[in-house]
Amino acid sequence: MRRVTWFNVTSLTLGFAFLYLPMVILIIYSFNDSKLVTVWAGFSTRWYGELLQNEAFLDAAWVTIKVAVISSSIATVLGTMAALVLVRAGRFSGRTLFSGMIYAPLVMPEVITGLSLLLLFIGLSVDRGIVTIVLAHTTFSMCYVSVVVSSRIVSFDQSLEEAALDLGCSQLQAFFLVTLPIIAPAVVAGWLLAFTLSLDDLVIASFTAGPSSTTLPIKIWSSIRLGLSPEINALSTIMISVVAVGVITASLISKRSSLKRQADERAAGT
Amino acid sequence: MRRIFLIAIPYLWLVALFLVPFLIVLKISLSDIALAIPPYTPTLDFGAGWAGIRDFFSDLDFENFKFLATDDLYWKAYLSSLKIAFIATVLTLIVAYPIAYGMASAPDHWRPTLMMLVILPFWTSFLIRVYSWVGILSNEGYLNQLLLSVGLISEPLTILNTNIAVYIGIVYTYLPFMILPIYASLERMDASLLEAAEDLGCSRVTAFWLVTFPLSKNGIIAGCFLVFIPTIGEFVIPSLLGGSKTLMIGKVLWEEFFNNRDWPVASAVAVILLLILIIPIVLFQRNQQKQREAEG
Repeated sequence: MRRVTWFNVTSLTLGFAFLYLPMVILIIYSFNDSKLVTVWAGFSTRWYGELLQNEAFLDAAWVTIKVAVISSSIATVLGTMAALVLVRAGRFSGRTLFSGMIYAPLVMPEVITGLSLLLLFIGLSVDRGIVTIVLAHTTFSMCYVSVVVSSRIVSFDQSLEEAALDLGCSQLQAFFLVTLPIIAPAVVAGWLLAFTLSLDDLVIASFTAGPSSTTLPIKIWSSIRLGLSPEINALSTIMISVVAVGVITASLISKRSSLKRQADERAAGT
Repeated sequence: MRRIFLIAIPYLWLVALFLVPFLIVLKISLSDIALAIPPYTPTLDFGAGWAGIRDFFSDLDFENFKFLATDDLYWKAYLSSLKIAFIATVLTLIVAYPIAYGMASAPDHWRPTLMMLVILPFWTSFLIRVYSWVGILSNEGYLNQLLLSVGLISEPLTILNTNIAVYIGIVYTYLPFMILPIYASLERMDASLLEAAEDLGCSRVTAFWLVTFPLSKNGIIAGCFLVFIPTIGEFVIPSLLGGSKTLMIGKVLWEEFFNNRDWPVASAVAVILLLILIIPIVLFQRNQQKQREAEG
């Protein structure tokens, strides 16, 4: 398959232009001085200044980060437990229902997840706020975590854990000393995925948020529904840069550690 | 003992926050709208004992489903969601295939970078990626400015708030879901098969259609399901890029709930949407199962 042809280079160039051009345009126009987003009127950073003065956006950002950190942490614990159950627990009554409940939220339309949780919270007359958003986000993101983590548990050598048990570890010790360090990359990846899903979610949060707990996507949604806004362009630029720096750093770190591992293996082999 | 805890904690969490809410939706879809809090009847009255429970069940009916079946709006919304999802899936495949093919033919040391470039947009906000097209496609937008300035058109094109904008939005946001499985299946392909085909007298194009394309079939099928299934219930893209004529069921459900406050009808819409989704989901599961068996 290794053939660098004129056709392949063109399709890659056009493809990546399509993927990245809209975001590049958004970033460039976030430095536009004009209030009319599509008309260029010189370079300025005024929208960043106005954004940082906008209390409503800052509050929403704070709520969003709190929700994302708490829900992704709980989801990581629950999702890892669920992954262990899926891979290791063998047969138990209700297993089919359990795996169904793990996979169903992955394909469930967000509007339905949101609607059903809202009806539950209203039925129990729970006040909607940060807690209800956290519960909702934890529920769907734990399913993503368990899928990511279980693929790692499947490929891992169980005899290591058995060895630890034979050498006198309790089950809990064996888990924390042997299993967890081995599956750690998948657990971290699961946490990151849960964190991003929570940061990004508009639909489920709209159903489960109360009037006093607006998240950033809800805030963004209410301003872009009315049209373009230069402040949103500035906010988007900040969010895109944070993600880009994060993903590039993570991939550089994992590349370096895999190079180091290869070097170690080579050294050990000689 | 510990095993019971390990199973029980995630199990109970999912029962309480996934299964029970879904049963509530099912129940409310069989209720009637009422001017009360909560705005539907009947409500379950445990205080009245067995009689209360019997009354509760006898008051449930399929009225909302009959309403959905007779009102044109819902029929059309379901059909048009399926149609939009289908066309968008085909368009995404057409855009994604050359990119996946180009990635699979790239030199080895490029591949991690290309992979990262495909995955990166997936980590950035979905909402922002959809929003970025509003500025491009609007009447005064960048695309119209460009086309007007080079003289290709004399009047601005109306793209935003039409179905075309919805298709562009779906292709753009779901592209990585199509590229990755196709790339995975192309990457595993044995290059000697292509050489054999060419040695035996195939032209490059014939070799592609007779060898490469059939061998990437599994990736194509997986990618199509990964785009088609979530697109049917999509809400953000049709609301932001589509117009008043863009009918999609996710948007109808949202409006029924938030604007009309008709919870029973919104719940019935949700139940039918799920029934429709079950078919592609089961097909997808089967397909994945078959692939795993073929590989293992």
